[in-house]
Parts: sequence; structure tokens; C-alpha cells
Amino acid sequence: MDIELMISSFPKLLNATLITLKLLSVSLILGLFIGLGFAILRMNNNKLINKFAYGYSYIFRGTPLLVQIFIIYFGLGQIEYLRTTFLWVVLKEPYWCAIIAFSLNTGAYTSEILRSAFQTIKLGYLEAGRSLGIPSKIIFTKIQIPIAIKQSLPAYGNEIILMLKGTSLASTVTLMDLTGVAKYIISTTFKPVEVFIVAGGIYLFMTFIIHNVIKYLEKKYGFQT
Amino acid sequence: MELLYFGDKGWGDELFFATLMTIAVSVTAMIIGFIFAALFTPLKLSNNKFLNSIGNAYTTVIRGVPELLVIYLFFFGGSGAIMFVASIFGYNDYIEINAFLTGSFSIGIISGAYSTEVFRGALQSIDKGQFEAAKVLGFNKYIYFFKIILPQMLRLAIPNLSNVWQITLKDTSLISVTGLVEIMRQSYIAAGSTRDPLFFYSFAAVLYLMLTFLSMQLLNRLETKYSKGY
Repeated sequence: MDIELMISSFPKLLNATLITLKLLSVSLILGLFIGLGFAILRMNNNKLINKFAYGYSYIFRGTPLLVQIFIIYFGLGQIEYLRTTFLWVVLKEPYWCAIIAFSLNTGAYTSEILRSAFQTIKLGYLEAGRSLGIPSKIIFTKIQIPIAIKQSLPAYGNEIILMLKGTSLASTVTLMDLTGVAKYIISTTFKPVEVFIVAGGIYLFMTFIIHNVIKYLEKKYGFQT
Repeated sequence: MELLYFGDKGWGDELFFATLMTIAVSVTAMIIGFIFAALFTPLKLSNNKFLNSIGNAYTTVIRGVPELLVIYLFFFGGSGAIMFVASIFGYNDYIEINAFLTGSFSIGIISGAYSTEVFRGALQSIDKGQFEAAKVLGFNKYIYFFKIILPQMLRLAIPNLSNVWQITLKDTSLISVTGLVEIMRQSYIAAGSTRDPLFFYSFAAVLYLMLTFLSMQLLNRLETKYSKGY
């Protein structure tokens, strides 16, 4: 066991953790909006819109995240037309490609989580709101959304952890996130176990924090239905 | 479409065999995962604190660390570990392990952690009376486990195991980093030599969708078969 390597690689890995956290937070925020949008589309009565939203979540949940990143990073650059538009400024950066792929991916899972949360809201709440004469827009924003958020917290916590692990794929498109730097150190020193312990420890620490924050939020906002 | 011709002109046959490879790796990994689950589920349910913490450490570490990192550990560390063991027995040449074995083993360990949780949950939700009744009736250990506990456990575990299968199938795309020629790696090679990444990666996505769709159909049938009588 090479303790010295573990100590010397720790600051480098910690530095790379910043990129991992940046990727995670940006894609979670974007994914939440995408997820909310598609969850609303899923509950639409129009069959075509409904099918479209279902298709989106089916495709993104049925294929590996790696394929999605590769299509966006390597594939989209091939379309000549895209290169002439403003989008190309975004799409030529691996950082933004990774974020687009992650947001679309987590958006698909989030839309499923939110949809099931919306569907389990008791009809009585909505009826109570309607009979009190509250406009349906306010029922949606002030009653349905808060309840749905509370009910989807445990599942969403799992999704955050899955996404944290998913950000490791950014290393396949040349980004030096925690896994990318860990791989670099492993391939230059050939000491996989030591690096795995340090990098894995950082990941475990982050999952531990996320897990406990979600647990705390569940306790704080949780309620019996 | 010409790109998908079988034979020398297109990539059809290559991609077909790559798909078979993906299926082979997923099935092997799933089986290795079951072996790990069979070892660690009793530990997780054990009353002994030490054994219990070993079981918990396995599932927590594997489920909390990215799959890619686990794969790198076995890819770079696997042959080193085997060479170390071989050097104890006096064999000092370089040993290279097969990419298929490293890949299925590392994905197997990951899928094993998820399977362990599934089996633990299923065992815990079997009615306690079933265990007691089987004991009171004096069945031997074989009948006790295989004829009474296992069928009930499988019924509860199969819906969640099909989720584990989906995760495992998608995780196999990650072992393309070790050079094993499965769908992802083959698409990478094809995309590189034809300069048409959009087509080949999209086609890879279609192949994965087909695999997940078909396996879901099969697993749903299995689910109805095992929940007969309920």
C-alpha cells in the first residue's frame, strides 16, 4: 500500500471533485425543469402529446447514458447545418455536451418520478380546492406542486445519487472530473487500489451527505397522507 | 443504409456479433451477481454484527461509487492482483486476463450489490409464519429452502430483478473502455472508420432500446408465471 501516493493525489482529486459537483448541480437544475415540463405533458389528455412525452422518457431511460453523451458530443457535430448556427458555440465544448446529455437523462427519470407523485395526490385535495373556488392555476402551483415535491423526495434522492455516479461518464469526453483524474493517476502510476480508495472515498462521502440531506428534508417536510 | 450491409461492405455482421457480445456479458454478469448476492444476502441478514457490517460495506461501497471507477479498478488492478498471486507460486511471467472476464466480473460485482438488496428485501417481506410453519412441520433443510422459501422469495424478487437486469444491460456499455468489442465499442470503431458517428451511435441506441424492450417482454411473462395463484 502506497500511502504517500494516496496523500499526494488527494488534493488533485479534490480539485477535480469541483468539476464533478459543477456538472452535477447544473444538470440537476436543468433536469428538474425538463422533468417538470415532461411530467405536465404526460398528464395531458391529448394522446399525441402524451405519447411524445412517454417516448422521450422511454428512449432516455432505455439506452445507456454513454450512448447519449456520444451521440451529442460526436454525433451532432456531424450535421453541417448545426455548425453554422449559434448552437455550435455550445456543442463544440465537451463540458456543455456533457451537461446537455446529463440534463436530458435526469430529466427523463425526474419526469417519471414527478408524474407518479402527481398521480398519487388524493383527489380530495383538488376537489377541496375547487369547491373553495380557487383558480386551477393556483391549485396547481400552490397545492399540487408542493405535495408532489414532498412525495417525490425519497425517489428524487436516489436519482441525485445515480446522477452523481453518472457524472463520471464525463471523463469519456475528455473532461477531467473526479473519475477522469483518478483514471489519469492510475494509468501513470499503475496503483489502482490506492487511487480507488481515495477517489471512491470522496464519492462515498458525497453520497453520504446527499443521503442525509434528503433524509433531513424528508423529516422536515414529510407529512402523513 | 449501405453501412449496415452484412459482409465486407457494411457493418451489419460486426454489429450483430457485438450485440451478441453485449447479451453474453450481461447474462454472465447477472449470474456472477447472483453468486455474490447468494454470498452477501445471508451476511446482511445475519445477527452477528461483524458479518452484518461486511454485507453492508459491500452494498454501500459498490452502490455509492461510480461504475466506471469500479471498472478501472479491475481493468488496471485485475492482472496485477493475479500476477501477485501467481508470483507466490513461483510464476513470474506477465499474465493478461481476458477483457470479457474482467468486464463481466466488474459488472457482476456491481449488479450483485443491487441483487443483494433485492433478495434481502424479498426475504424480509415473506411472512414469518411461513418460516415457522416449515420448521414445525419438520422439513429438512433442502425442502425448507428450495421448496418453501425460494419460490415465495422469487415471486417478490422478480419485478425488482428485472430492474437490476436493465441496469446491468446498460452498464455493459461502460466496459467498452476496456476494449471489449460490444455494441458501444463496435460503434466507436465503425464511427471512426466511416466518419459517421451520428448514424452509428444512434443505431447503437436503437439496439439497446430493442434489447431492453425484448427483455422486458420476457421478464413480464416470467413475472406472471411466478405470481400464479396470487
